[in-house]
Amino acid sequence: MLAKLRIAVLSTAVIGCAAHSGSALAQKKYDTGATDTEIKIGNIIPYSGPASAYGAIGKTEEAYFRMINDKGGINGRKINFVSYDDAYSPPKAVEQVRKLVESDEVLVVFNPLGTPSNTAIQKYLNAKKVPQLFVATGATKWNDPKNFPWTIGWQPSYQSEAQIYAKYLMKEKPDAKVAILYQNDDFGKDYLKGTKDGFGAKAASTIILEESYEVSEPSIDSHIVKIKSANPDVLLIYTTPKFGAQTIKKTAELGWKPLQIITNVSASVGGVMQPAGFENAQGVLSAAYAKDGADPQWNTDAGMKKWTEFLDKYMPGSDRTDGALVYGYGVAQTLAKVIEMCGDDLTRANVIKQAASLKDFTPDTLLPGVKINTSATDFAPIEQLQMMRFKGEKWDLFGDIISGEVSN
Amino acid sequence: MSAVEDVVTEAPAVEAVPKRAMTLGYGTSLVVLAALILVPLFVKNFIIFQLTMLLIYGLAVLALNILTGGSGQFSLGQSAFYAVGAYTSAILMEHANMNYALTLPVAGIVCFGFGFLFGQPALRLSGVYLALATFALATAMPQLLKLGYFEHWTGGVQGLVVTKPDAPFGLPMSQDMWLYYFTLAITIGIYIASVNLLRSRSGRAFMAIRDNEIAASAMGVDVALYKTLAFGVSAGITGVAGGLGAIAVQFVAPDGYTITLAISLFLGMVVGGVGWLPGSIVGSAFIIFVPNIAEGISKGLSGAVFGVLLFLVIFLVPHGARQVAMVAQQLAGKLKKN
Repeated sequence: MLAKLRIAVLSTAVIGCAAHSGSALAQKKYDTGATDTEIKIGNIIPYSGPASAYGAIGKTEEAYFRMINDKGGINGRKINFVSYDDAYSPPKAVEQVRKLVESDEVLVVFNPLGTPSNTAIQKYLNAKKVPQLFVATGATKWNDPKNFPWTIGWQPSYQSEAQIYAKYLMKEKPDAKVAILYQNDDFGKDYLKGTKDGFGAKAASTIILEESYEVSEPSIDSHIVKIKSANPDVLLIYTTPKFGAQTIKKTAELGWKPLQIITNVSASVGGVMQPAGFENAQGVLSAAYAKDGADPQWNTDAGMKKWTEFLDKYMPGSDRTDGALVYGYGVAQTLAKVIEMCGDDLTRANVIKQAASLKDFTPDTLLPGVKINTSATDFAPIEQLQMMRFKGEKWDLFGDIISGEVSN
Repeated sequence: MSAVEDVVTEAPAVEAVPKRAMTLGYGTSLVVLAALILVPLFVKNFIIFQLTMLLIYGLAVLALNILTGGSGQFSLGQSAFYAVGAYTSAILMEHANMNYALTLPVAGIVCFGFGFLFGQPALRLSGVYLALATFALATAMPQLLKLGYFEHWTGGVQGLVVTKPDAPFGLPMSQDMWLYYFTLAITIGIYIASVNLLRSRSGRAFMAIRDNEIAASAMGVDVALYKTLAFGVSAGITGVAGGLGAIAVQFVAPDGYTITLAISLFLGMVVGGVGWLPGSIVGSAFIIFVPNIAEGISKGLSGAVFGVLLFLVIFLVPHGARQVAMVAQQLAGKLKKN
């Protein structure tokens, strides 16, 4: 009798459960890597090797998701952030990404860093239909939803930044004679193309000299002397940090004072402006899309206050002047937003769909007015920057937020 | 690094290895071969991919082993030969639409020529000086690949994306599995050829040079020829490994072939046992899996953990896997007696 009763109770319970989960199944949809309690996010970043300075981005993201989990996760699910070292080596990147997808079974690969590594994994991830979400590189080719519908960028592309410089010059200095110094690789060439597109029909008459250098050259002094002899009044410095510092220093040594614009990549105060000499760098222009963690003007800013609180609690003792902490926070917040938008439909297709449906989203660390917008045909989340001028020992922002949208 | 140092500084570059001790016994060889053939049938594609990389790096370590263990010359420039092989295969496949299997001999021949030519000036150098000269080659290679002059072919910094081959004749296996068996066949072929090479007249000449150059030339060995030949053979095998690597990874870019790769291969050779060919696969496993283990222990200190593990290996078994294998053999011998 007792046994019968037990069975009866049990079977009711089972039926009840089945009915319950049946109704739940109707709403919830999962792909590999997502469950009722957990979402697995994969990431590769160079923690070792020549680009290991970027490892701080991965650590910031890990800390950010720890904070999210402490607050109860997203829609009740915890984030399990699996991050591997690719040492900035494409073969290693392929190995680690395959491990993430096939062995750890993550839902998405988020913020993999570096143009070579991302190129190496792009074909694989698109064939497997795994989102390659918010890649950490400024090359323009990531905005190509037609051919690579599973790959989406995040930061402004080099081309859109260059377009902004061209637009600024056309407005402020319409009769400028422009010389361009660029690094002879995809990085420099992206800037060159963006500038020409920005000047449009005026490109041929405005740009009087294009001078390229190789990354392998120890010094670029001779290029600067050559550029000076052409007598331009604007010098666009499309270089990586080391050469940016050399250029600013050499022009000052030559007693030459053109209007100089330097890439956002080389705008670091500690890494470029200081070695070039603050007195030589006065008046140099650049553009930014994120707030500077070391700049006191943001001390009262609500977003940066949250960032500071986060650092104090989850990354104590970290270096605030490191742009990677601002970057990692912003991109992790964007992912959190996308997952929140996905609701209970955690399929890979829906994640990429939601990532391509961001409307005026503003992470805490972006400049006021810079907004993230994406659509099914626009896979370039951040496309706005603001001009800034170097004054004293820091950058002063000026003018409006400018948009430099690039179409492929 | 103690083992490397004593190898570099002492006059007889490498401790003489008896010919028989260069290979495994038939029984052990068959067991290893059976394992290599059967394992992929039971594991995930990702593991198969890792095993493929294991064989490919194993080949590259084997090539270095012939050079250093065989002829007693040092090279920190193997990454350059690996890069040339990888780019040769990639360019032929993507620009000339050549079949992937046919690109490998071409990569091997190109690298053989490259290594043979590089061996000429290297003749004047020995020991640490030769290591430095090859080091220069490894440092220069990534920048050469980025040069605008070759960019039309190499793709510059962007690199080249390579299409992965499907299994032929409609064989019902995944791309990864097919590539694994393809690589395995080539590896076995090259391994047997290498063993035979070292047992041949040329191999004896290599070893005579390694043990004492003056004595070798007194015996009538053409020192210059055999030294450059060893460089050529080593570079050729490395080139084939590079070509296979490009096909497996489906991508070549200058950043994949930096000096770090050359040092890894050197490390693999020392860990596997200098002059012991089967050790190449052990060394290759060390350079592929130990960094992952180190990362699992501590992400921030992965480099330091890797260093500690490497130090332990060198300290406990300075002759690498060869020493472990010999100890195991002695133990087995004792058990038999009992």
